[in-house]
Amino acid sequence: MGRVVVEVMPKPEILDPQGKAVVGALPRLGFTQFSGVRQGKRFELEVDGEVTPEVLEAARQAAGTLLSNPVIEDVVRVADASEESTEVSA
Amino acid sequence: MSADTAGTTLSSARIGVITFPGTLDDRDAARAVRLAGGEPVSLFHADGDLQGVDAVVLPGGFSYGDYLRAGAISRFAPAMDAVVDAARGGMPVLGICNGFQVLTEAHLLPGSMVKNDHLHFVCREQILSVENAGTAWTNRYTTGQQITIPLKNQDGQFVADERTLDELEGEGRVAFRYVGTNPNGSRRDIAGISNAAGNVVGLMPHPEHAVEAGFGPDSADGRRAGTDGLGFFTSVLASLVHA
Repeated sequence: MGRVVVEVMPKPEILDPQGKAVVGALPRLGFTQFSGVRQGKRFELEVDGEVTPEVLEAARQAAGTLLSNPVIEDVVRVADASEESTEVSA
Repeated sequence: MSADTAGTTLSSARIGVITFPGTLDDRDAARAVRLAGGEPVSLFHADGDLQGVDAVVLPGGFSYGDYLRAGAISRFAPAMDAVVDAARGGMPVLGICNGFQVLTEAHLLPGSMVKNDHLHFVCREQILSVENAGTAWTNRYTTGQQITIPLKNQDGQFVADERTLDELEGEGRVAFRYVGTNPNGSRRDIAGISNAAGNVVGLMPHPEHAVEAGFGPDSADGRRAGTDGLGFFTSVLASLVHA
């Protein structure tokens, strides 16, 4: 089974209140290294077969129409992630 | 012509109110239409037939749980295709709160709403100034008039790029501005806007919750006596008669 990953971020000029709240919380836990946080979205689109160029193109179109709002967000990545593990490596 | 006369002479105008999954304020919107003297018509998001209504209200709520983005999924409902077509043809459309978010997602209105700058849900009686009394939904007000209606939202911060904001200001398309306090960080205190033709209006606060004495915001006339929102609905009835 194939998987396409779409990542969407708030535009740089749009204030990201969620990221701001997170960056405010980090120092309280001792994480003082981080001066800014922006919070975005990651979509994992599953396909039954291979991720063909057509599938990727469809994912790009979906990213531009439904998955993001170009007024406030940028699509920063549309990629074949079939080989990517969903496990986070430690 | 008083609001009362409007009610008796315009009772044939049919105003559709669309219900999406997660809509909360459809019944209040329908009631507001009735109190103003119009005939409310319930419409369903999955039905692309607007049943020949003369105008449409997209009510507030949390359609599809605000998942993805507020209004983003509703914007692709069959009923919305019909609304977009009709709006381009000049039919009056009012988007309240979540309905405003749907209108921006559908590109009938520019800009977008993001989370409130303070990150909290806000619910208050809000003073607005009517900045443009020339739209289909504001012609019963006067420009500069201050009205008080409820405001309740989480994703209510209106944002747009500077060029769009300048355009909105320059073309008189800022319909309402927050007065006293900006409750959600909206750019330039903008509470509501219209399209260029003035038939499509969207705002975050809720006029349909301020249409009947006893159930509205506090006012000079007494506790819960405020009916400042009724003018939206008498306005559209008046605009339909003159259309």
